[in-house]
Amino acid sequence: MDSYALEISNLKKVYSGGTEALKGISLKVKEGDFYALLGPNGAGKSSTIGIIGTLVTKTEGNVKIFGYDIDENVAVAKSLLGVVSQEINFSQFEKIIDIVTTQAGFYGISNSIAKPKVEEMLKRLGLWDKRNDQARTLSGGYKRRLMIAKALIHEPKLLILDEPTAGVDIELRREMWTFLKEINQNGTTIILTTHYLEEAEQLCRNIGIIDHGEIVVDTSMKDLLSRLDVQGFVLDLEKPLDHVPTIDGFELRLDDPLTLVTATNKEKSINSLFNELNRIGIKVKSMRNESNRLEELFIEMIKK
Amino acid sequence: MKESNNINISVTLWTLTYKEIRRFMRIWVQTLVPPAVTMSLYFVIFGSLIGPRIGDMDGFDYVQFMIPGLIMMSVITNSYANVVSSFYSVKFQKSIEELLISPMPNWAILLGFILGGVCRGVLVGIIVFVVSLFFYPEFEVANPMLTISVLFLTSILFSLMGFINAVFADSFDAISVVPTFVLTPLIYLGGVFYSINILPEFWRSISMANPMLYVVNTFREGMLGISDVSISFSLSMIGLFIFIFTFLSLYLLKKGTGIRE
Repeated sequence: MDSYALEISNLKKVYSGGTEALKGISLKVKEGDFYALLGPNGAGKSSTIGIIGTLVTKTEGNVKIFGYDIDENVAVAKSLLGVVSQEINFSQFEKIIDIVTTQAGFYGISNSIAKPKVEEMLKRLGLWDKRNDQARTLSGGYKRRLMIAKALIHEPKLLILDEPTAGVDIELRREMWTFLKEINQNGTTIILTTHYLEEAEQLCRNIGIIDHGEIVVDTSMKDLLSRLDVQGFVLDLEKPLDHVPTIDGFELRLDDPLTLVTATNKEKSINSLFNELNRIGIKVKSMRNESNRLEELFIEMIKK
Repeated sequence: MKESNNINISVTLWTLTYKEIRRFMRIWVQTLVPPAVTMSLYFVIFGSLIGPRIGDMDGFDYVQFMIPGLIMMSVITNSYANVVSSFYSVKFQKSIEELLISPMPNWAILLGFILGGVCRGVLVGIIVFVVSLFFYPEFEVANPMLTISVLFLTSILFSLMGFINAVFADSFDAISVVPTFVLTPLIYLGGVFYSINILPEFWRSISMANPMLYVVNTFREGMLGISDVSISFSLSMIGLFIFIFTFLSLYLLKKGTGIRE
């Protein structure tokens, strides 16, 4: 029988102003999963995460973390959960080492036990050299790392990250991906919300899309991507063209004389396109995807 | 596999209390020095300069009479200020989320903030007392047990009031309105500088409705052995309000007022 890290059933949230943020969503995330929760701004992602972390009061429904109801077994449920919020939520005037040690203390970890854990965590996230700096002096990327250190210090079995790489440079983003993959491989279930769809595609095995307070997709990443019928490729040409060539089975267009763009059915072999281009004397220097595949699906899903 | 609820609450409580103490100690120039300076000025101006012209107050030198009142004034304002500013700051900086996400029970969160307020209130009270000894070295405490009890009870009471203020506050203005426009006038008119026996009958009756009068006079009973009010009544009222404010604070935390959406 599958065991679930997170079970949400019929979750509703109506804010005091009357906004219906969640319209009775149900969702299950398996233990050990790396799950992407996507949706446009205002779709209900942060409300969902807020309710799981008890920062937002639910109107109706149930949430269980590893089988523990957040209403009935709140302390156990919370001790199994780590949350990296979208917004910075630590005291800007405290030292980094104090922030993480204090966070461990809030989970009942005494100072003597927390000390080596904090050192290990800060070293792992490249914060050890800055441990005695005030948090407000950190750059945006390091503040994100500190948020992750804080969320992981009590070794939660379920980690929820609400847009952890927003505003983070590419290098740090890649480092975070490696780090998150590693902790997932070590058994931590991860739920990730992000606006970088490439990130979700790279990291996550399963995906849910939420829109207007409803789950519109809940499936595996592989299944979702397989729904994409057409793929677009951009071909950089060796020599400029003055007209669009005609090749059976492929839609072609010229973005500029040196850039040929094709939309091709994913069942059709791209080799036949190259053979035909070769036959009519068009040499291709390089090729890339026209755009992120998941992005196209995402747009399609939330349009429905 | 089912986990057991084995959160060490004493560690969580100590962590929050220590964090609160660390906070006001880190900014000691803003928290501990001003009461010492302000009270020194009160002792110099009202005690040493004007005091001898005033003469005795209820049979005590004026400076001696003022000491319990000024200590209480410092304890009240500092206990209140510590909790209202600290709790509002964690709300404002969103670091309240660190606590709300953790498995700490609401009563431990409340107690942690109150203990922080009590530590600052009591510490400031001791500082002001030490300062007062420079101006009246022969001061002797009449009833140490009552003095210490009132010191702690007052500090708890006003820490709780600060907490409730911070829960409802939605701006920095909102945390300064009550101390400036309610607490300070009531303290000044609550018998810190005079005995209500010197007031005309009408104003004496009005003063009896001021809760600060009871706090200040109960403390004065402990330090000097004199009071304008019934001590048992005052202690009962302080106890009753601590009880009411504790339950109100716990209710607000459970409901999530001002801290949960």
